[in-house]
Amino acid sequence: MAMTGILRPGHVQLRVLDMEESLKHYVEDMGLIETDRDDQGRVYLKCWDEQDKYSVVLEPSDRSGMDHMAFKVATEQDLWRYESNVKNFGIETKRIPAGELNGCGERVRFVAPAGHTFELFAEKEQVGNGISTTNPAPWPRGLKGMEPIRFDHCLFYGNNFEENFKFFTEALEFQLTEQIVDGELQLAAFLTCSTKAHDIAFIRSEEAGQLHHASFLLGSWEGVLKAGDIISMEDIPLETGPTRHGLTRGQTIYFFDPSGNRNEVFAEDSYVYPDSPVLTWTADNVGQAIFYHSRQLVDSFMSVTT
Amino acid sequence: MAFQITIEDTGEQFACSETKHVLAGMQKLGKKGIPVGCRSGGCGVCKVQVLSGEYTSKKMSRDHVSAEEESEGVVLACRVFPTSDITLSVIGHLRKAVTR
Ligand code: FES
Ligand SMILES: [Fe+2]
Repeated sequence: MAMTGILRPGHVQLRVLDMEESLKHYVEDMGLIETDRDDQGRVYLKCWDEQDKYSVVLEPSDRSGMDHMAFKVATEQDLWRYESNVKNFGIETKRIPAGELNGCGERVRFVAPAGHTFELFAEKEQVGNGISTTNPAPWPRGLKGMEPIRFDHCLFYGNNFEENFKFFTEALEFQLTEQIVDGELQLAAFLTCSTKAHDIAFIRSEEAGQLHHASFLLGSWEGVLKAGDIISMEDIPLETGPTRHGLTRGQTIYFFDPSGNRNEVFAEDSYVYPDSPVLTWTADNVGQAIFYHSRQLVDSFMSVTT
Repeated sequence: MAFQITIEDTGEQFACSETKHVLAGMQKLGKKGIPVGCRSGGCGVCKVQVLSGEYTSKKMSRDHVSAEEESEGVVLACRVFPTSDITLSVIGHLRKAVTR
């Protein structure tokens, strides 16, 4: 069956305190590609193997954190169907006109129960991945930094956990892939709209609407190691890694952008199909679930968000 | 050039150069639990109040330091670079770690 409905994370709009420093970080060091700017001072970036014009929007702001995360849906009918699902769930929606973000069609915007703002859209200008569609090369020349392949997922801390879980799995039709549970209590939920280990994940928290990290896919473990080299070379605040997650089995490294928003780059995580079993990690083993080798939780990783 | 930073709450002192942020200097105290978060002025875990002394600072997220606080010397230690000796008081998360 072809993929339908919500296809993938389309973009994340991050608030940044200093655009020049942020572009050094995201373009020169991480290696995203600038594709556009607008009159609000927002800068549009993409990873090399994405067809759409951008997957990250940097918004100049006096606060850090995330403005919204947007998902691309397959068709315009899907957009209106999900809009009514969201409304039927009792959540207000707002339509943002086409072109408010450069090259993006009409968007449906709403705040999910855990306090994060999400958007859905069906159309975005495509600029290609720098490779011919006839007899394509395996990769384009001239990539920079960590050479991320795509914007992959976000992880959020938020409250109203059960309600939020219900919203994502019922109204937005996401599939639970992995979870951390303490007895009956779900502490973390990893969710996909596709066949990925996660397109989004939530950690139970008292605080609403917190961004834990925005994550980008690399091609290999060696790529994760090279990211670590760049992080040290460029004096980027490293949090932890390179290491392996138990959850999703991804190979990973975490660091912060110049506004304190956490980034992850990772490689080689797992995948699911609609009939895959849910994988469960127990709270007494949470160290291994998160950092498989050290089995030690990292203080800041558990508490620091924007 | 290195300046002397004094934590008023405990009397502890550490050196910090003008090219290093105050949180990096404080880390060298080696106290367990000093909350080192984003080191980029976004997460708010390293809040301090400068009581005396001069410094330069980089932008801090308004979610954690209001304009009014900033004018009273309430800052994020990871965004502050000393240009003289400084006396500061620890608040929030840092207070718990430093004073225990
Ligand atoms: S460590 Fe995050 S604001 Fe200072
Ligand atoms: Fe992640």
